[in-house]
Amino acid sequence: MAGLEVADAAHEEYLEGLRRLALWAGRRYSPVVAADPPDGIWIDVTGCAHRFDGEKPMLKDMMRRIAASGMACQAAVADTAGCAHAVARLVPSGRPSVIEPGGARAALSILPVSALRIEPGVSEELRRMGFERVEQLIAAPRAPLAKRFGRQLYKRLDQALGQISEPIEPVFPVELPRARRGLLEPIGTAEAFVHVIDDLADDITALMVREGIGARTLDLYFQRVDGHSQAIRIGTASPVRDPRHIGRLLSQKLGEVDPGLGVEAMTLVASLVQPLAASQLGSILSGERRGPDISAIVDTLANRFGRRRLFRTQPRESAMPEREVEDVPALSATQGTSWDDDLPRPSRMIIPPEPVEVMAMLPDHPPAMFIWRGKRHRVAQADGPERLHGEWCREGGHEADTPYTVRDYFQVETATGGRYWIFRLGDGERSATGPMRWFIHGAFA
Amino acid sequence: MANSTVLHELRERIAQIEGVSSRHPALPFQIDAIDQSLPDGGLATGALHEVAGSRELADDAAATVFLAGILARMEGTVFWCMHWRDLFAPALHFAGLHPDRVIFIEAGSDTNVLIAMEECLRQPGLGGVVGELRKLSLTASRRLQLAAEESGVPAFVFRRGLPADAVADGTAAMTRWRIKAAPSERLGIPSLARPRWQVALERVRGVEPKLWILEGCDAQGRLAIPADLGRRIASGARPGGRLKAKPLPSSRLIPITAGV
Repeated sequence: MAGLEVADAAHEEYLEGLRRLALWAGRRYSPVVAADPPDGIWIDVTGCAHRFDGEKPMLKDMMRRIAASGMACQAAVADTAGCAHAVARLVPSGRPSVIEPGGARAALSILPVSALRIEPGVSEELRRMGFERVEQLIAAPRAPLAKRFGRQLYKRLDQALGQISEPIEPVFPVELPRARRGLLEPIGTAEAFVHVIDDLADDITALMVREGIGARTLDLYFQRVDGHSQAIRIGTASPVRDPRHIGRLLSQKLGEVDPGLGVEAMTLVASLVQPLAASQLGSILSGERRGPDISAIVDTLANRFGRRRLFRTQPRESAMPEREVEDVPALSATQGTSWDDDLPRPSRMIIPPEPVEVMAMLPDHPPAMFIWRGKRHRVAQADGPERLHGEWCREGGHEADTPYTVRDYFQVETATGGRYWIFRLGDGERSATGPMRWFIHGAFA
Repeated sequence: MANSTVLHELRERIAQIEGVSSRHPALPFQIDAIDQSLPDGGLATGALHEVAGSRELADDAAATVFLAGILARMEGTVFWCMHWRDLFAPALHFAGLHPDRVIFIEAGSDTNVLIAMEECLRQPGLGGVVGELRKLSLTASRRLQLAAEESGVPAFVFRRGLPADAVADGTAAMTRWRIKAAPSERLGIPSLARPRWQVALERVRGVEPKLWILEGCDAQGRLAIPADLGRRIASGARPGGRLKAKPLPSSRLIPITAGV
């Protein structure tokens, strides 16, 4: 064939590539990762999926990113490594496959026997004997087949079904700061873990001081006596090198660790590092008062509740009041900007706005009375209207084409002094601008 | 004269026994009637305070701005912990609390809000920590009070949607405030005057409960005495009165003291 270039398979490079892919996944998804030659990687996602709002979104994210780098991939998540391995390779749907907890047996049973990571010769022979699918293999008496094919066959089957364990030996990035403590006796109590964590934090900070870096992400691996590895990961908003801070963030996560029969070694890896200049001791020595360490609080709470639950707000240009506020990360640089204070804005919003029954004169009189949540409020005084036009550019079309985009806002004060924000959908004259229905959107001070 | 010195010394000693040291400064409201009702001549920093509105959203909205006004006059970063975000940040800014100073935490539950508050209160130098809670047990309030004392950071528990007739549970808080919207001055034109609140100091250690009608926060977070009521307030308290549950008519107000 003309024009066809033939190249030798570069196994070494290929393995290195897989390792790099595993390390990438290790940074993004879960600390416990390993290459699975020739064509896969393992990721132990136990306790990690919630950061992506679930396992399916996590796999989607993974597939999208890998596809964007020019590789074809298929991802699956299941209770056992064997089951995920089989589903990822034999259900090529182009979509992520999620086998629900407890569903490994059902998922495996309909797959061909070759799904079990056994020698091609063995699966071929099984097929010739009439074993098409795994369920037949599960149902068949074990002894004769074990005698014929050796223990490997049933080891793989039991691993896939979760009847015997299959630990993943995690890979570490070699170039990153790492501290390890092997333990003479296996430990399993929180106190003992905290003790070791403090030692590890001291070791790793010493390393980081020498290199002038600080950690943004730290992974702590627990090697259990049964060969399993577990890991907890903490993130920080800015590079840190304070052993007490690191120790506290890690100790806070100990609840996620299942020590099993005991842990025989612990490894702390700073998996994401950034330059961090030497700290100034002068200010402490001269007795100067230091400002509070906001980032320490933010890190602690972000590791507990999730980073998105902590935020500051800043103004954003928008015609719609609910979009005037933009969330920014808690430690992002401050802009110094704020909202114009000439427009009234409520301190408590009702999201989404709730319909109210209103007595009002058209076109632009404030309501004289409104009924909200079954309670009648008589309006004593009012201010308005403030007319807001919908963001037709955002809603896709010219204002005239998109109905219901005009809101007339009134501030009303009830007879008892309560101030509410009430709006009418539509300008009160042309029905094309809205159905003239009233809503309550918030309460003022 | 001698009497007041003795009283002062006694107060100091009691404060020592209670563990409330006077090393944390107090923040005055700059309204004499209120400041005189508070043991330190202002709102004690390094202590826990409870603030409530009522089941009416407008009252909770007023309490929100009341808090923002206090925090606006403190220095430092403010942590505001809540269940979920129905709070609208521009309103805090209008009371003088700049958005750059506030970090919000959407904690999702009372338990999480308490965890977040305690964590924040460990760090000295903050402007204040607010936690929006449905319920506050005596134990939880003690923990917050101790944490606030330790760091000197003022802590505020905002009881959301607290019914007006709620039985006052035991609390370790230094003060308990209840803010309700009150009818504002009629301008006679289609516009609204500065909002008015009925501010009740329901509980404060060693002082009797009080009630005022005040004008809401200005852009620096300061409250004010309504001009048409000022003289009456200045004329002093009427001792021995009872704290009435029903809202007072807006045109007449006398601070009322009561032994609750």
